[in-house]
Amino acid sequence: MYVAVKGGEKAIRNAHKLMERDRRGDRTVPELELKQIAEQLYLSVSRVMSEGSLYDLELAALAIKQARGDLIEAIFLLRAYRTTLPRFGYSEPIDTAAMLVRRRISATYKDLPGGQLLGPTYDYTHRLLDFKLAADGELPEPEKGAYDPDADIPRVTDLLNAEGMMEPDPETPQDAEIGDLTREPLAFPADRDVRLQNLARGDEGFLLALGYSTQRGFGGSHPFAGEIRHGEVEVEFFVEELGFAVPLGTMTVTECQMINQFKGSTVAPPQFTRGYGLAPGQSERKVMSMALVDRALRCRELGEEATAPAQDEEFVLSHSDNVQATGFVEHLKLPHYVDFQAELELVRRMNKDWHSKEANTAQAEEAAQ
Amino acid sequence: MTTAPLGLTKAPAPGLANPVHDAQCIFKAAMNALARPGTLQTLHVTNLTAPHPLPRTMAALALALLDYDTPVYLDTPLAKSRDVVDYLRFHTGAPVVDMQADAAFALISTPEKMPPLSGFNVGTDEYPDRSTTLIMAAETLTNEAGPLLSGPGIKTTTQLNAAPLAPGFWHQMSANQTLYPLGVDVLFASVDQIAGLPRSTTISLKEA
Amino acid sequence: MSADTQTSLSPELETRRAAMALLANAPEETLKAAWDALDTPPAHTVIRQPETGLVMVRGRAGGTGAPFNLCEATVTRCVVALDTGETGFGQSLGRSKAKALYSAIFDALLQTKDWSEYVETHVLQPLNTATQAAEHQTREEVAATKVDFFTMVRGD
Repeated sequence: MYVAVKGGEKAIRNAHKLMERDRRGDRTVPELELKQIAEQLYLSVSRVMSEGSLYDLELAALAIKQARGDLIEAIFLLRAYRTTLPRFGYSEPIDTAAMLVRRRISATYKDLPGGQLLGPTYDYTHRLLDFKLAADGELPEPEKGAYDPDADIPRVTDLLNAEGMMEPDPETPQDAEIGDLTREPLAFPADRDVRLQNLARGDEGFLLALGYSTQRGFGGSHPFAGEIRHGEVEVEFFVEELGFAVPLGTMTVTECQMINQFKGSTVAPPQFTRGYGLAPGQSERKVMSMALVDRALRCRELGEEATAPAQDEEFVLSHSDNVQATGFVEHLKLPHYVDFQAELELVRRMNKDWHSKEANTAQAEEAAQ
Repeated sequence: MTTAPLGLTKAPAPGLANPVHDAQCIFKAAMNALARPGTLQTLHVTNLTAPHPLPRTMAALALALLDYDTPVYLDTPLAKSRDVVDYLRFHTGAPVVDMQADAAFALISTPEKMPPLSGFNVGTDEYPDRSTTLIMAAETLTNEAGPLLSGPGIKTTTQLNAAPLAPGFWHQMSANQTLYPLGVDVLFASVDQIAGLPRSTTISLKEA
Repeated sequence: MSADTQTSLSPELETRRAAMALLANAPEETLKAAWDALDTPPAHTVIRQPETGLVMVRGRAGGTGAPFNLCEATVTRCVVALDTGETGFGQSLGRSKAKALYSAIFDALLQTKDWSEYVETHVLQPLNTATQAAEHQTREEVAATKVDFFTMVRGD
């Protein structure tokens, strides 16, 4: 049991002041503006929005500034802030096929309708430090190319689907309840809607490691990155008083469709199966990892034997949330004086007993000789 | 649950003029009312126009406490008024429910005709907080007479007289107390004051 | 409560919806400038004061499957009524209360005989032009990164 302590207010106040001073750093250096963070550290902002589970660039930037760049702390701040706001309701599901695409690639088809659009990416560069950036480098103007304004950019999974080689998306009844972890605590077994929400909020590093483990054979699922796309989608919200869904503006998301070979089971024929990843902002590593773990967790539904950590729903979903994780790990820093005193007494007693038993045994042995 | 489009043939009466500040003041009064059962807390909401037959003080509490996540039950006169339903749906987003047991809040404009308390949600062992909070209109609300109240938040004893009430109300409220930690909570609302009667309060029916 | 009920909106509602999309994506400053430019601002009452809250954004498993909750987004909304009776709704992602208010007023004005043409010409058309231009630029820049990979023959 945790027993609280009192006092220390002055020291805590002073520690806060010191922290604020250190956060600002050298005052001869210009202070960071939120716009700078939102524009120039966009991938950090994306991660904080994804795991903080709140889409608001400015708030994410503020959280990053306040947390001195500690992204998990920033995520925590965002989660805490959201509890102060009322819930208006649920959006209509976003339509990623109608995305204004900034990047779209497929590792499965070379030539595909809509083409491979690399967009802004590090993927094909050498990982060399660019010292030009350290010294106000010149900014190149992006090139322009021609595009067909009427061309669609269909999903790769739909192409495979047309051939019957891709499992269809499982049908669900129209009015099926959609799980919401912000309203109901996690319970097992968890359906895919709840699992996807959990993974979308989940820690990128944790999901990356789990996804990697499936590739290394722990619950292997032969994945291909069917498609990764990134860009802007419209968010729509049904307004009851108006009787129709009104547009709320656009948000940026990244989506990954992982395609996995599946040798079939008693319940499904051999075909390709899907793993899905979706996150706000630009976060390819996150959505790829999410898609791998999503596919691994579908083992129950696909009739596969769950043998690997990534397939263990309770293990994965219970440990994916970095706010919960950091809370429990870091609470160990707080005073545990009373608990520790109790434990110290116990260990002292056991230690004494052990020694006296040892001594008795030694005496008995001596006597026997 | 009422989910059909409202269609807003006409604009509902305006809500709180200063939503954040006003709602906080009303919330604070409600909190104090429940923390110190039986005390009369004054609400300053004279600038609020609520549609008939929803009393203004009840409207203020509803605007401060209800939201999208709190299903609300309306007693017959309120449920029958399109203006009241539109007003509450528009400003709070709370779904209006027909079943008392589904309600997080209940607005009772005619307490003398209200259904028995036992029909409302008393919460569950895991989540005793998921119970109904009743907001009941009171023409009279004083500490002059009425049953003796004691328990958490009351130094010795106090009295609360709310009228009109259904004949068996105090007996039902007394039975509600025995369910603790389960049970419903009540907020009475007169023309400008509110008083709380939480499930933790012991009610002595012998008048002092 | 779903979009299924709105498969076919009336032409008036479709126009209104399109206007709401432009207003939702508009910068606050642009809307403020458009409001300030009105000679005689129309009389109105704010029925629902601008308020910021959360909308839970949903995605679909696999893009086309069952819906799931992705993350929340901040949304600010406002409702006004003109003295002539029309109600206007303003709502958009983010926390700008001014933007919600201006959007609601322009939405209301769009429904009046006297103002609809003005709003169309002086507010919506410039927004539409700006949106189209931004989208065109994005698509051009992205088109320049379109790639043709050659598959190398393995072995032999």
